Amino acid sequence: MGDRCAVIGIGQTKHTDKRLDVNQTGMIRESCNRALKDANMTWKDLDAVVIGHAPDTIEGCMTPELYQAEALGMVGKPLFRVHTAGSVGGSTVIVGSKLITGGIHEKILVVGWQKMSESQSTWALSPVIPFQPALMAGAGGFFAPHIREYIRRSGAPEHIGIKVAVKDRKHALRNPFAHIHQESVCEEEIRNSPMLWDPIRFGETCPSSDGSCAMVLVSEKHADRGSAKPAWIHGTEMRSEPTIMPGRDEVNPRSGSDCAKSLYKQAGITNPRKQFDMAEVYVPFSWFEPMWLENLGFCDEGEGWKLTDEGATSMDEGGDIPWNCSGGVLSSNPIGGTGTVRFAEAALQVRGQAGDRQVDGAKLALGHAYGGGSQFFAMWIVGSEKP
Amino acid sequence: MSETKPVKYVNTPICVDFDYTPGKATSNFLRSIKKGQLIGSVCPDTGKVYCPPRSYSVETASPMTEIVELADTGMVYTFCIVNIKFYDQAQEVPYVSAYILLDGADLPIMHLIQECEVEDIRPGMRVKAVWRDESEWTESMENIKYFKPTGEPDAPVGEIMENIRSKSHA
Amino acid sequence: MRDIAIIAFGQTENKRTERLLNEAEMIAPVVGDLLKSVGLKRTDIGFTCSGSSDYLAGQPFSFVMALDALGAWPPINESHTEGETAWALYETWVKMQADEEIETALIYGFGRQSMGSPREVMTLMNNPYLEAPIQPDTISQAALQARVMIDKGIATEKDFAEVAVRNLKHAKSNPLAQCSGDFDAETLLKDPTIASPLRKHDCPPITDGACAIIMAAGDKARELCKRPAWIRGIEHRIDVQALGQRDLSECPSAKLAAEAAGVSKGKVDIAELHAPFTPQDIILQKALGLGDDTVINPSGGIHQGNPMMGTSLVRIGEVANRIINGEADRGVAHGSQGPCLQQNIVTVLEGE
Repeated sequence: MGDRCAVIGIGQTKHTDKRLDVNQTGMIRESCNRALKDANMTWKDLDAVVIGHAPDTIEGCMTPELYQAEALGMVGKPLFRVHTAGSVGGSTVIVGSKLITGGIHEKILVVGWQKMSESQSTWALSPVIPFQPALMAGAGGFFAPHIREYIRRSGAPEHIGIKVAVKDRKHALRNPFAHIHQESVCEEEIRNSPMLWDPIRFGETCPSSDGSCAMVLVSEKHADRGSAKPAWIHGTEMRSEPTIMPGRDEVNPRSGSDCAKSLYKQAGITNPRKQFDMAEVYVPFSWFEPMWLENLGFCDEGEGWKLTDEGATSMDEGGDIPWNCSGGVLSSNPIGGTGTVRFAEAALQVRGQAGDRQVDGAKLALGHAYGGGSQFFAMWIVGSEKP
Repeated sequence: MSETKPVKYVNTPICVDFDYTPGKATSNFLRSIKKGQLIGSVCPDTGKVYCPPRSYSVETASPMTEIVELADTGMVYTFCIVNIKFYDQAQEVPYVSAYILLDGADLPIMHLIQECEVEDIRPGMRVKAVWRDESEWTESMENIKYFKPTGEPDAPVGEIMENIRSKSHA
Repeated sequence: MRDIAIIAFGQTENKRTERLLNEAEMIAPVVGDLLKSVGLKRTDIGFTCSGSSDYLAGQPFSFVMALDALGAWPPINESHTEGETAWALYETWVKMQADEEIETALIYGFGRQSMGSPREVMTLMNNPYLEAPIQPDTISQAALQARVMIDKGIATEKDFAEVAVRNLKHAKSNPLAQCSGDFDAETLLKDPTIASPLRKHDCPPITDGACAIIMAAGDKARELCKRPAWIRGIEHRIDVQALGQRDLSECPSAKLAAEAAGVSKGKVDIAELHAPFTPQDIILQKALGLGDDTVINPSGGIHQGNPMMGTSLVRIGEVANRIINGEADRGVAHGSQGPCLQQNIVTVLEGE
């Protein structure tokens, strides 16, 4: 890695089911303007913008960043688009960070977004394609068998999925930007919610959100320009594997564990549970928390659900390794921006900007995103100190 | 102008048509299933059998030329009980969609399980295909209506899947 | 800056319609042959990146099925851009600047325009609230651009036809070309217009195809290739989209990208221009500052084939190949996407 890279501006929109007051560009700019303000910068200061967006079918537009170029202040400048499925919000940030560490640019903005309300998202994400039997009934139907296999292997009790959902929704009450603010949330409420894709209940699934999240990334020279101390990037990594392969382990995918291993090596992490102060991890269905606890090496295989059960990942229970203090994907999910939110929330924590969801004295945090059939991974580590 | 309400929504429907190409390996599979035969392709590097077949090994990118015929029996690897009506879906809810590992294959296919109580379905359960009447067979996986339990003792699912994993490269 | 080069380029035959193979079956042999040609194994590749479009492929996450062609096991370091593949090559170049442990990289692109109607599909690139609903199709937009050029006295319909004559003539020496032959402008001008003033020869072919490039850094490139095509500059810029806000007879973003990439720092032996429509070829020659001493589109350019989303990578590959085999010392490859050359990328390649 060449130059160091710092996050000096972070902005996101209030995630919600329908932003009828703004169009796509207005929503994106709202997050960007907040990030620029935080960075004490204006659009004119930017060398480039890297934009992330999941399938364009969601808004019915083809490469919408082209028409958005002017509103993104990029006329005559470089505007780059990333699309790596659900991990895109994270990959976008990583691509942006390479523009800095590779010495190409000094001040850039990365932004991930989706305006889910602008089309029928189930049609957009799971169209019926000839030769491919339509038996899965959407993302929940795809991931439910993997979750059932996790439960079989680990012997985890049923209440774990419910507990994660309650924990993340309670965390969301601390986060003014979270989509779902469910004051009444409790185990009973989640347990009684409809069983959509058994073993996944409605209460254990993520929402569809309109939302955008942006960050200003700069080289070391500009690191002190922001309104708060910078978050320093200590490592970034991406891994991909095929969707359908005999012997592929969808429960504990190797692309995820390989990605984490390489990432941890960059930052000298040998004991993630101890060394990280918190983690923002892509958990779109509640059972993915114990699965990813194991995949990311926070515990041994088969033990993830025990961490969840003992409250280790809960702020409200004083856990030693809080996961998804923002409320996570279970509380906000603008697909193309969801990974960016994970990365940004990790950075907010080490900058001490996380308000009611702040983990006291957080110095090192993990941001994580995944996509496709648990096959695309993007992760970063940010810290309050220089790497 | 103060009376003007903001435009909050415009509806602009899109219709685009596409012709899909299944490709060589899938065409072969569809032709075969029209005759009531399931087939798979063999990865020359790992010996793993793909069903449906591929032209290239997803794992090693080597061309897969060896084709094998597969039984219409197998075991349930894992499954999901779908209680939600999906758009455009003919299937009545609830239904069970399962990953079924056919005997002789290393890659589970997804299909329905019927002719048993939903709560009796479990990983490792032995199942057999229930075909439509031969006169209705087309180039479609729907020639198999669903899979049903055979009543045989359960297969050791963990061991079988672990064995497939151990054949992986590197 | 780290020295990074293109060491190999390959593509499928450019076909109007590929009805036998699916995407993975199109890509796998191109990538397999390319790796073999430089003596690399798939597991040697440090980074992989691709470009494609869900709307052309008729399904979301279309790049995911392409991954099946690579043998992505053990898991690979990989990324994807939605759009033209020259930008995937740019992303790769950036990644290799930042991460020195990456010594080799694979970039691939694919497009099968035959699946749908590109002319209709591409209308979705326009502003969804104001312009896309009235379906401004690509040919009509390019015709507006051509009309501006005629009205301003910059070029004539004959000049446009001469671009096609030149491309089709060059394509004769390209065994993978979709269109080629000897024509004269007078004869071509007798054809009816499709969208006045554009005729069939002014428009790009509809192509199904796939392409790939292998890049390597420093000594690794020298070890794997006798004469690597070194990337001496690669820059991209974008213009405002709305046609009414632009002088369509010019392409400021291509000009800026060319200046930043250093096109004018030396003699340009060859240039491959991603000009889907013939008038754009004339605009780009000026924007890139190319003179009479540069051979434009030795491969046949857009008439050679237009595997959209891969087309811009083919441009880079065609320049690189001519440097690798010693036909040229310095060349420029241009890529574009968006209505009327909205976004442009310029790559300067040199032999040693």
